[in-house]
Amino acid sequence: MAHTDKSNWELIKNGMFSENTIFRMAISLCPSIAVTNSLKNGFFMGVAVIFVQTMVNLTVSLIRNFINPKIRIPIFMLIIAGYVSLIDMSMAAFARPVYKQIGLYIQLIVAFASIFARAEVFAVKNKIVPSVADGFGMGVGFFLAMIVISFFRELLGKGALWGIPIVPGHPLLIMILPAGGFFAVGLLMGFFNWMDMKLTARKAAQGTTR
Amino acid sequence: MDFGKLFQLIIAASLINNFVFTRFLGLCIFFGVSKKMETAVGMSITFTAVMVISSALSWVVFKFIMVPLQLEFLKIIVFIGIIAAFVQSADTIMKKISPSLYYKLGIYLALITTNCIILAVPLINAGEGYSFIESMAFGLGSGIGFALALVIMASIREKLELADIPAPFRGLPISFIVAGLIALAFTGFSGLITL
Repeated sequence: MAHTDKSNWELIKNGMFSENTIFRMAISLCPSIAVTNSLKNGFFMGVAVIFVQTMVNLTVSLIRNFINPKIRIPIFMLIIAGYVSLIDMSMAAFARPVYKQIGLYIQLIVAFASIFARAEVFAVKNKIVPSVADGFGMGVGFFLAMIVISFFRELLGKGALWGIPIVPGHPLLIMILPAGGFFAVGLLMGFFNWMDMKLTARKAAQGTTR
Repeated sequence: MDFGKLFQLIIAASLINNFVFTRFLGLCIFFGVSKKMETAVGMSITFTAVMVISSALSWVVFKFIMVPLQLEFLKIIVFIGIIAAFVQSADTIMKKISPSLYYKLGIYLALITTNCIILAVPLINAGEGYSFIESMAFGLGSGIGFALALVIMASIREKLELADIPAPFRGLPISFIVAGLIALAFTGFSGLITL
């Protein structure tokens, strides 16, 4: 991809839906299962990723003319690790109870393929505003995926949302167990594929009748 | 050194707290390379070796450089630097000394730097305050656990190719559901040893 000519809104939408990190690209899967056992954890993880992704794209885009292509990988790594340390320490200070559960996964945002990939594919080659839009869109796409998965898992597994009980009893304990995470993501992915197939089939049908 | 305790640590890291099925790390690689048995085995060997050596290296750096200088807060940056440097040098050395081995395992090495398991092992070691030998045992156990998961998954997926799966579930979604079933089986190991 060279200089992009898409509008900023298109870039954000691209990250949210057509190139959604989890359901479409199937990268950065680890936290999608590890921290989605409650809506709160999923929410904080999503916010952390939006922040890191946007700031990394901004920074890389700012200094893109000074980066020697030969050493770009260590430079990206340093930038990403810097922002991750920042969010790691802030969460340790301000969101203690959540951090105790998901701290390890926050630190591991460093090793996210999606963040690295956007810096490499997009931010190095584009101006600041599109890069920020792209990073923000990607982050929001990840955030939405986390919210959807954790919504279903907490509702089905604990009968609660954000720690507030809604349905009495323990309807489906398996959904908050490790195995349930795999089931939830697999079923949701299958569901999105199914919708996609239906939509393209409908579009194709409309195209022939016209 | 107490060998019983080391053995417990290895069993615990490989079966009870299996990285893939109970800690959910390294899923990208797990789903990415488990299509064929051959690649799965190659990946497992490379992974286990890198994991043991990098946990030893980062333990030394953490204990003798970062703790005395009170630089613990930089551990994310330093660990990823150590791993990247080690993987890069292993890549170069292997290319020089054993080209045939490099031909087989080289591509996996390149993938390793951006993998969360490799980074998680030193971070957990530092967090738990393991000793040098314990760190290496933990690295070895985690590597064996990952290898086990990869081999099980690869053997199932090779059969899945022949199965009649509903169209929307082909590819990744069904692999996730299979992984869920294996994870369910692995919960049976919990409580095997109490550390």
